[in-house]
Amino acid sequence: MNWTPDQPMVSIKNVHKAFGELEVLKGVSLDVMKGEVICIIGPSGSGKSTLIRCVNALNDIQQGSILVEGQEVNDPDLDKLELRKKVGMVFQQYNLFPHKTALENIMMAPVRVLKRDKSQTEVFARELIKKVRLQGKEDSYPGELSGGQQQRVAIARSLAMKPDIMLFDEVTAALDPETVGEVLTTIKELAEDGMTCILVTHEMGFAREVADHIYFTDGGLIVEHGPPKTFFDKAKDPRTREFLSQIL
Amino acid sequence: MELFFEWFRVLYDTTGINLPFLYDSYDRGRMLDGFLTTIKLSIVCLICSVIIGIVGAWLQASAFTWTRRFVNGYIQLFRNTPPLVQLYFFYFAVGALLPKVETDWGGQAPMFGSFAWAVISLSFFAGAFNVEIFRSGIEAVPKSTVEAAESLGFSRLQIYRDITLPLAFRVCLPALNNNLVNLVKTTTLAYAIAVPEMLYEANQIWSDNVNVTEMMFFLLIAYFVLVGVLVWGMNSWERNMKIPGYG
Repeated sequence: MNWTPDQPMVSIKNVHKAFGELEVLKGVSLDVMKGEVICIIGPSGSGKSTLIRCVNALNDIQQGSILVEGQEVNDPDLDKLELRKKVGMVFQQYNLFPHKTALENIMMAPVRVLKRDKSQTEVFARELIKKVRLQGKEDSYPGELSGGQQQRVAIARSLAMKPDIMLFDEVTAALDPETVGEVLTTIKELAEDGMTCILVTHEMGFAREVADHIYFTDGGLIVEHGPPKTFFDKAKDPRTREFLSQIL
Repeated sequence: MELFFEWFRVLYDTTGINLPFLYDSYDRGRMLDGFLTTIKLSIVCLICSVIIGIVGAWLQASAFTWTRRFVNGYIQLFRNTPPLVQLYFFYFAVGALLPKVETDWGGQAPMFGSFAWAVISLSFFAGAFNVEIFRSGIEAVPKSTVEAAESLGFSRLQIYRDITLPLAFRVCLPALNNNLVNLVKTTTLAYAIAVPEMLYEANQIWSDNVNVTEMMFFLLIAYFVLVGVLVWGMNSWERNMKIPGYG
């Protein structure tokens, strides 16, 4: 239970997950160390998104173990608040609160959930706005922002909780090609600051650039994994090679 | 002011159009009381029925089967029976079954008076519709928005209060307006259990003065204005709640 930074920050062991009859994860294991950036790639329906949704208990698992800083996620008495304070998540569809301004979106969770002081949180929220380069958009509603801007607000909103780990679930998949770059830059800066990140992505070039380790999933299993250089250039598994040849 | 009131006495004397609730101070008092009772009844029922709607919609999403069944049973019962029958049921059946209370002068009095029963009955009646209205609004809130709140550590109650409800409200306001307008109009049924609201007082006046036609004109116009004010208020509220780029 006592987690120390030399142990994996997230430790996934033999995770099985089924939606009714459909088995989506068939025994997935992977470890993420503090400060590491890992990318999970793979064809649609291979279980990538399901896997990272299991890490912050948005999906439950049937079998196996997920330890986040020593806290077991597969536990009926799981303290979800404790877990979600440690794990931030950014979604494909941004999922901002449409009735709150950008600044309010960022401030809401720290003030309401963590009961932090409002004026101090506002100072921090403005710093985050600056960090994701959205100065001047503090008082805009999500409906007034572009997709890329909304996604950066969503990233700032997660960061406001000061998480130890960030999960990114295909965060650029819904964006226009020209706005993808601005979101990726934000994530890259985050990774450079030492944030532990787990990304599900289709941006191969980006994965190659920022990831410390890449996992390729297919049919609910991790088929192959390795550092980006070996993974992209010397893939061994025929499925990986086929996938890469289609995408690159 | 006196001159204004006297003008209606002259109007009666010269044309026969009899509006005693304007020139006669006693009838004026009765009409004013009736008007204020209608306002009070409407506001109390409005607030109670909205609370019932919010709480009911929350309970409807409960994890317990029996809680959900209870809420659905309540909705069916109150939606599928006439409000007048409900009012009579509460006043005459439930009211008779409740124990009497001792009054100051040693007599026996029912626990609730007719006004209280009207509030209870009409609030439950409109509340049943409000539950369904709020539910439709809640169902329109994307699950992904709720998930985002969950992943930020919000509890179920916090999500309902801070995210789901404010968004659902905006979606269901037009339907809610409709139901609340109906509720204000339905307060006239309280006449049947002798709540001294506007229709009841008007009846007293036309019985004394035999000016049924004039009173009917007056009632129609009075309710038209009253509900008009409510609609206007709700519409401007709807406009104020609008968020840029949403809905």
